Amino acid sequence: MQDRVPPLLLSVLCLGIAILYLPIIVLIGYSFNASSLVSVWGGLTTSWYTQLLHNDQILDAAWLSLEIGVVVSTAAVILGTLAAISLVRFKNFRGRLLLTGMVNAPLVMPEIITGITQLLLFVSMLHVFAWPHRGFTTIVIAHVAFCTAYVTITMQSRLQTVDRSLEEAAMDLGSGPVRAFLDTTLPGLVPALTSSWLLSFTLSLDDLVISSFVSGPGASTLPMVIFSKVKLGVSPDVNALASLIIAAVGACVLLAGYLMRRSEQQRLKDAQLAEQ
Amino acid sequence: MQRGDAGIDETQTLAAADGSRPRRPRRHGPVFARSHARVCAVNWFKRHGKWLIISPPLLYLLVFFLIPFAFALKISLADTALRVPPFTDILSVTPDSHIHFTLNLGNFQYLFADEVYGLSYLYSLKTAFFSTLVCLGLGYPMAYAIARTSKSTQSILLLVIILPFWTSFLLRVYALEGIIRENGLLNEALLWLGIIHQPLQIMRTTLAVYLGIIYTYLPFMVLPLFATLEKLDHSLLEAAADLGSPPWRAFFDVTLPLSMPGVIAGSMLVFIPAIGEFVIPTLLGGPDNLMIGRVLWDEFFGNRDWPVASAVAIAFLVLLVGPIALYQHYSTKQLES
Repeated sequence: MQDRVPPLLLSVLCLGIAILYLPIIVLIGYSFNASSLVSVWGGLTTSWYTQLLHNDQILDAAWLSLEIGVVVSTAAVILGTLAAISLVRFKNFRGRLLLTGMVNAPLVMPEIITGITQLLLFVSMLHVFAWPHRGFTTIVIAHVAFCTAYVTITMQSRLQTVDRSLEEAAMDLGSGPVRAFLDTTLPGLVPALTSSWLLSFTLSLDDLVISSFVSGPGASTLPMVIFSKVKLGVSPDVNALASLIIAAVGACVLLAGYLMRRSEQQRLKDAQLAEQ
Repeated sequence: MQRGDAGIDETQTLAAADGSRPRRPRRHGPVFARSHARVCAVNWFKRHGKWLIISPPLLYLLVFFLIPFAFALKISLADTALRVPPFTDILSVTPDSHIHFTLNLGNFQYLFADEVYGLSYLYSLKTAFFSTLVCLGLGYPMAYAIARTSKSTQSILLLVIILPFWTSFLLRVYALEGIIRENGLLNEALLWLGIIHQPLQIMRTTLAVYLGIIYTYLPFMVLPLFATLEKLDHSLLEAAADLGSPPWRAFFDVTLPLSMPGVIAGSMLVFIPAIGEFVIPTLLGGPDNLMIGRVLWDEFFGNRDWPVASAVAIAFLVLLVGPIALYQHYSTKQLES
């Protein structure tokens, strides 16, 4: 690949990145605006942030979203990793095509359809089994489904690059296949697992449409509260809240990216060592 | 924990039972008698053990992702009722133990009779199509530029593109509102520059919906395009140049055809979710921007007509299966290469 990028391409790239970032930067700027009129600059303030701390509705919703996020990403990482192992290691099994389809479909399925169909399932289940009641449980179940898909795809591409010679060596030395996997391959997967967890967490934290469908009375996640506020127009405390969320999610993604990159470098280094 | 240990022990015993690799038992203590039953269990584990790994995700996605569509189909054939849940049963048992089986195709007929559904579907297709086109026009040069930088710059630029991709969708739409609303940054800047003399009305128009979709879905286009453009063999372009092909000609003859899988995967990643978009037309669009997602939402929450909403969802899904299958086809192709 060349190092010199034609100026025209470079300017489109800069334009695109500017389009992606300008609104977010402006939003964060407005969140420090002392004037409650969003168009007037009234000096710097952090009062909108302190106001958030006294807003029980937002705090409750934030806490609910965090709880859901932790449960969902933990479950999704387990299920998604199992699915990735199935797809990478077992070449032929009944249902392989089905699993591949179900893993890829949530990426392109409009959320509104997933949300409606899942709600209808939960309503029918409640009718028959008297479980689950709409709220925390149903949101968790619904989020785990689409987060699992994302985790599977991340872990699948990571597992495909795993060097299996160590695992084979462990099996030659008498380890069972499960033990060999746990002892040799799993430690190398930790960064990828961590970043999958973080990405599931942000996906769950962000979801509005599916949560709105499957949630019940009394269980409002943070995006649901924000959505109802935003429908009324731009307001300074939502600016502050949005800036906080963007900062938190940004930190998660940067950490995930860093971990992925470090594991990649480690892998390359190991490969070089192995060659020597 | 204990159960996992037991499983591993079984496979270890198996290795010894095969007689292929005699070895010392790992733990001190009584050596289990290898009864016939145990060997059978171990054999079963060896043959079917993989299902312990495959079945949890398979069953979970089956029950909570795939089977719900069957429920939607079922309810789309039911009738609206004033009760909880708000639809009738298809199968019902009368007191004199007759089973009633009522299918109501009226909901689907209603979709054709009331033109709001057809129109909103066509409108969604149109909006998604043109937004995809603009995303492609903007995303292709971006991906190409990234692919032509050095490896270390690439990873930084990719992170720059991925960061908004993961940042809250809802909040990015909200952030865009801050730019394009009547007293937003764009209007203020244009007024200040003297290009316009009164603020442009962008919010609550079709333009705002397009801007919203392009802004939020751009990363979905850039990432798959980059993945194919990065793998492009540069010597092909050099060969074209050596044979006297001008750069633009080489681009259309070599680069573009080779990057087609990325173009299709990226376009599908933008096009399909954009058709069902709900947040953007609701927050940025006006009353005219009736996209199918919004109609579905109103039918569900506003009218509480679950059977009709299910029928809309099922019809929508059937119309989507083609594009989704196409996407699957190209994404698996990409994965394989």
